[in-house]
Amino acid sequence: MNKGSGITRATLAKDLRLEWRSKDAINSMLFFALLVVVIFSFSFDPTAEESRRIAGGLVWVAFLFAAVVALNQTWARELRNQVLDAYRVSPAPANSLFLAKALGNFIFVAVLEALMTPLFIVFYNLRAVGPAYQLLVVAVLGTWALVVNGTFFAAISLRTRSREIMLPLLLFPISIPALLAMVEATSSILTGEFSAKFWIVLLVAYDVVFTMASLFLFELVLHAE
Amino acid sequence: MANPVIAVRDLVKQFGRFAALRGVTAEFAAGRCYAILGDNGAGKTTLLRSLASLSAPTRGTISIMGTTNLREVCSQLGYMAHPSLLYDELSGVENLRYFARLYGIDSEERCRDVIRAVNLDPSLERPVGQYSQGMRQRMSLARALLNDPKILLLDEPFSNVDVHSAREMTRLLTSLRDQGKTIFVVTHQAALLEGVADEFVWMEAGQIKERTHDFRPPEAR
Repeated sequence: MNKGSGITRATLAKDLRLEWRSKDAINSMLFFALLVVVIFSFSFDPTAEESRRIAGGLVWVAFLFAAVVALNQTWARELRNQVLDAYRVSPAPANSLFLAKALGNFIFVAVLEALMTPLFIVFYNLRAVGPAYQLLVVAVLGTWALVVNGTFFAAISLRTRSREIMLPLLLFPISIPALLAMVEATSSILTGEFSAKFWIVLLVAYDVVFTMASLFLFELVLHAE
Repeated sequence: MANPVIAVRDLVKQFGRFAALRGVTAEFAAGRCYAILGDNGAGKTTLLRSLASLSAPTRGTISIMGTTNLREVCSQLGYMAHPSLLYDELSGVENLRYFARLYGIDSEERCRDVIRAVNLDPSLERPVGQYSQGMRQRMSLARALLNDPKILLLDEPFSNVDVHSAREMTRLLTSLRDQGKTIFVVTHQAALLEGVADEFVWMEAGQIKERTHDFRPPEAR
């Protein structure tokens, strides 16, 4: 095991332990996503066919907004007592911190998705007409797209005065191609009307490009004043 | 000075229009303890953060152990800030175990040793957030000592610490200096470092005003 991956694992383990003890991120995310599910299910009464068409957008909007809560938390705990400075003065590579934070956020959002998906299925009477296994692929790729950019832009907005507002302002526009692919792919699979392959390939490309760009630029972000 | 461990040349640090450091030039020898003194806003903390590579100079250079690339020597530095730089939700050992990994240290015993060195109990399981301010300061010092640094940069280590604990900390600093470590202590409690600090560096308005062997301010001498 090289030094960088050891630090990534140690940072991830530390973040999971902190979240387990505080439950700051997961509680707020769950509450928010639950609210979206319940309010929308009362707002209209869609038939199964309509549900399948709108569910892609609804699910991902709920997850995106809920993820922003976790993304803000992930760096906020590094600001308390200025703990991030302890990392900055150490010889630990910046990328190890970024990867650990992105993986941690991926786990938090994946847990949220695992808990909320059954509720979406029940409340919106969902059933995949297309290949259901592709939903898992879209979920993994889509979640990574959200958290990799989210982790990066949350770090950028860390030192701004209103970082809770700054993060969505930076994150949402740049996430539009990924969101479009996630929504279209999910709707395609649920309705079975056309193939989701193009959108899945787009998500893969998006993930690769933004993961590389974030890893390349994160050292500048971490050591910026 | 023949071989200074730290050499600062014309160091300027500006925050917008405000210049926190205005052309600081100084050399510091290895194995000595320096007390950095001065009023609030004199530039003490900015100087320390610059040495710790947390604050990039606007102009001028800092050379530590012969290099101006401070990332190369960061494993030789120990930095204690005014805030604790510790996670409140984790215990002392859990905190140090994590920070040790950042320096490639796997030894749990090393974490326990530095906790004992600052007179805390490594078996204490309660989170650091429930420590008293004095205990937190000492745990913060333990974190700075974790990588056995050659240069220690300490910002206000005695603030909110009771007299007894402060005396214990100064004893530890004396022993570290005698082991050959170079120590910088930013403090408002200069008297605590009498007999420990080899030099008192007085700062005023972003510049080093004078360097003395007397902890008393110029007007009291």
